Order: sequence, then structure tokens, then C-alpha cells
Amino acid sequence: MAVVGRDGARTEVTHAVAPSPLALERAAYRRSRARRSTLVAVVSTLVFAAALVLLVTNSPGWPRVRATFFDPATAWESLPAVLAGLWLNVRVLVAAEIGILVLGLLLAVLRTLRGPVFFPVRALAIGYVDLFRGVPLIIALYLIGFGVPGLRLQGVPTDAAVLGTVTLILVYSAYVSEVFRAGIESVHPSQRMAARSLGLTHRQSMRLVILPQAVRRVLPPLLNDFVALQKDVGLISVLGAVDAVRAAQIQQANSFNFTPYVVAALLFVLLAVPTGRIADALSARAARRQGAV
Amino acid sequence: MSASALPDGAASKAPGPGGTTPVLEVRDLVKHYGGTTVLAGIDLVVAENQVVTLIGASGSGKSTLLRCVDLLEEVDDGRILLDGVDVSDPRADAAAAQRRMAIVFQGYNLFPHMTAAQNVALAPRVVHGVPAREADERGRELLERVGLETFAGSYPDRLSGGQQQRVAIARALAVRPRLLLLDEITSALDPELVGEVLKIVGELADGGMTILMATHEMGFAKQVSDTVCFLDGGRVLESGPPEQVLGDPVQERTRQFVARVVAERLS
Ligand SMILES: Nc1ncnc2c1ncn2[C@@H]1O[C@H](COP(=O)(O)OP(=O)(O)OP(=O)(O)O)[C@@H](O)[C@H]1O
Ligand SMILES: [Mg+2]
Repeated sequence: MAVVGRDGARTEVTHAVAPSPLALERAAYRRSRARRSTLVAVVSTLVFAAALVLLVTNSPGWPRVRATFFDPATAWESLPAVLAGLWLNVRVLVAAEIGILVLGLLLAVLRTLRGPVFFPVRALAIGYVDLFRGVPLIIALYLIGFGVPGLRLQGVPTDAAVLGTVTLILVYSAYVSEVFRAGIESVHPSQRMAARSLGLTHRQSMRLVILPQAVRRVLPPLLNDFVALQKDVGLISVLGAVDAVRAAQIQQANSFNFTPYVVAALLFVLLAVPTGRIADALSARAARRQGAV
Repeated sequence: MSASALPDGAASKAPGPGGTTPVLEVRDLVKHYGGTTVLAGIDLVVAENQVVTLIGASGSGKSTLLRCVDLLEEVDDGRILLDGVDVSDPRADAAAAQRRMAIVFQGYNLFPHMTAAQNVALAPRVVHGVPAREADERGRELLERVGLETFAGSYPDRLSGGQQQRVAIARALAVRPRLLLLDEITSALDPELVGEVLKIVGELADGGMTILMATHEMGFAKQVSDTVCFLDGGRVLESGPPEQVLGDPVQERTRQFVARVVAERLS
């Protein structure tokens, strides 16, 4: 069978030509405009920041506030304990995130099952999402963190960090499953049809065709939920787990100085910054690829 | 059903032309969407190595018919026989039947997260159990055949419409279908690309592929078809050899349709 015309050469036009004076002049203009905008942005930001600092430091209560919230010596003293607490937060965060992604994806896929056979499964998944999306996290923490150990069942963990992790998984997977579901539904039905026409089973088309596209589209909102989780891991302190927040509280109780909280807050912010940048980069990439689908 | 709806008088019985079982036989197929009846009793036969072409106005149900044949839509009445076996029966193994057919959609429907080569190799690998290496090899050969070997690693969004269309054809051919369904595979292409894609289809037809296709390209239909079926009012109003249906139609409506399409082409 003969090969039809290659159009590689026709479509791949390359511009190896040197730019004309016109193009050079316009490029120079664009660069000067860009420099100007940057300058304006930097100056206005600096002016605003300086005004804010002056306002705060000249306020009548500033010396008191500085002593109780921003004391360098207390900060330095509390740092090891708070850092040790943060290590627990990080471990809880990792364990919870893995559990949340697995359970969230499972719930989302269960909700897409069609047909009367799967009605109970779908109904359960919907009920689950309604329940755990509705209940405030702090109450869920109390109910599970104090209720479950109260049952005194054999083999059921009573460790505050473990129960806190379980609660975070239960609550967050309800949100995350909705994110996944939105992603699955955003994949055009013609994709599923194409998969089916090729003979792929429902599972194969889910795994190989639908989910890869769905997950790619929802990565930014997923990361957003991850950032929210990074802060909410601090709530396990209400169960008595000695995390960064709890460690700061213990330090504060000793010294009657709130600086340890500020230390903990700064550490949480530092933790969240990389995730935020990754989320931004992914959103930008998704936006660039928008035209694709 | 009027006798003219059938390619030949005896075709509604099981054996097709030449006494052998046809690859595809559609009998009295009915399909509703909500309240509207799109297919109101379609009869047609595609014998082995034959090319049967569906023509008809936009909205006459060509795509719907092709999707029904590929078992992508549940039919409301009638039968679809693939090699003499009724595959429209809910008790039949639809997946097994689908593995023996391949469709090229009007809108390509390539998988955007896979490269051209991955699109082509997917079904052989995961559905037909072809070892990955062999599937890749087969995929490369097919992409070469449609003139796209240099684009094997490209994602669909980096390909032009005509290139995507040809990847879709390669993807369909990769499963070595018994019956190839083509849905207006040139409608989204500019004339220059139409020629390229039609050339591939012509080669497939010459190579003995059994094809059921929908098209608006009357010249092409005349060239490659053994039978042309004119769809109107949810039925095959007229069918027969292309010279007859396109050149000297019996039905007034066919005559009007052909004249209009030809006029549009010329204007
Ligand atoms: N999924 C659907 N739901 C409801 N109605 C549909 C659906 N698909 C097709 N139809 C209707 O069925 C009729 C036939 O559509 P179909 O796409 O089969 O026509 P066609 O002959 O392929 O047209 P074209 O030449 O424009 O591709 C149209 O009136 C269309 O609105
Ligand atoms: Mg159509």
C-alpha cells in the first residue's frame, strides 16, 4: 500500500530569518514598557509596606504587643519544641493526604457507576459526602477523637494523632471526592464512547482514558485542598496530640508570652508556600494547555 | 419496507450476494431520541470486501446509524447481525462484537493525553493482548501508512485536523477490524486534506476492507462504493450501485438531494 503525501515539510515552517529593523524596534519598545511596569509595581509595593509598618509601630500599644508577640528570646527558646511538634503535623499531613486521595477517588468513581445494580453503592457514597461535608471539622474531631476511645473496643487505636488523622481523612475525602467527580464529569462523553468503541471495558476506560484526563484538570483545586489541609492538621491539637500548635500552647502557658504561636504560624506559612507555588505553576500550565481539549 | 430500500431483492434473507453470510446486516432498525424517531426501520447489508456508503441530509441519522451498528447506542427495535449473529440482542456479548468493529468518528475523538503512537497502540495492547513492543511496532507501521511517522510522539493538540483524522484512522485500523465504520471523516477538512484522507480510504477499499461509511463527498462515494444508500425520513429510501443512485436516481427526493449537494459543491 502506497504511502500518502507527508505533510511534515508543509506544516513545519521555521523562521530562521533575521528580525527586521521594525521587529527590533518593536521588541525594544515592549522591553521598555515591561521595565516601566515592573518599576511602578515595586515602588508602590514598597510605599504601601512602609506606611503599614509606620502605622503599626507608632500605635500606642505597640511596645506591649511587641513584647508579648514578637519577643526574639522567647521565639528562639520555643523553636525546638514547636519544630518537634511540626514534625508530627508533617507526618499526619502525609498520612492523611494519601488516605484522602485514595478514599476521595474511590468515592468519586463509585458515584459514576450507572445502572440500578449500583444504586445502593451510589446512595451510600452520596450520603457519606453529604454527612462529612456538612459536619464542622472541629466537631468531627471531638466526636471521633473522644467518642471512639470511649467505646473501649479491643484493637481500636486511641492515640490522638491517629484518630485525628482518621478524622481528617473522613472529612477531607468528602470534599476531594467532589473535586474528582467534577473532573470525571468534565471529560467529554465522546471520550468514553471512543474507549468503548475500541473494546475497552468500563474499568479500562476509567483507568486509562477518563481518570488521567480528569486528574490533570483538577490538580490545581486538589492542591488547593492540600494547602487547606496543611493548616487543618493543626486542629488535631484539640485532641491533645502534641503538634506544633499544642507545643506552642505549652510554651505560652509557661512564659505567658504569645510569641510561640507566632513561631508556629510562621512555620505553617513556610510549609504552605511551596505548595502554593506548585499549584500556581500547575494552573498556569493547565491554562496554557486549555486549547488542547 | 419498500423493495428499493434493499441493495438487492434477496438481501433481507440471511445469505448476502454470492450466497455467503454478509459481514453486516441491519434489519428494520429503529432508534428514538426522546420523542423523535431518528431511524424508522433501516435495512441494509454490507457484504465482505464491500464498501457501502450512506448519504443523506444533515440530521438524517447517518451518524446515529453508525453508532447503533457499533453498539454505542441501544437500539429500540430491529436487529443488527454481524457475521450472521444478532449482536443487538441484550444477551449477546456486545464487547466481543465491538472488538471486531472499529469506528472513526466525525469529531476524531482522539485521547488528548496520549501521543499519536499511544492512541494507536492502546487497544491492541489492552484489549487484544498484543505485547507492548509488537503493538508499538504495528502502531508505527500504521502511522507510516497514513503518512504521519514523524508525528508519532506528538499529542493530538499539536496536530492539524487532517493529521488528527489520519491518526484516528490508524487507531481504528490497529485493531484489524472485520468491519470499518467511517463517519464523515472529511467533513472538517479543507479540500487539500480531503484528498489525502480519501486516498487512504480508497487504498483500504482496494485492499479488501469491508467498510460502512457516511459521507457528503459525492465524487468520492461514486469512486469507492459498491452500494450507496440514501437515508431519508429515517429509512433507506433508495439504494444501489453508485452510478444509479447518484447518476440516475429512481426517487424524486434522492434526485433533489444529489442535485443540491452537487450544486453546493460547484458554488
Ligand atoms: N444523543 C442525541 N440525543 C438526542 N438527539 C440526537 C442525539 N444524537 C443525534 N440526535 C438527533 O438525531 C438526528 C440525527 O442525527 P445524526 O447525527 O445521526 O445525523 P447525521 O445524518 O449524522 O447528520 P450530519 O450529516 O450533520 O452529521 C438529529 O436530528 C439529531 O438532533
Ligand atoms: Mg453525522
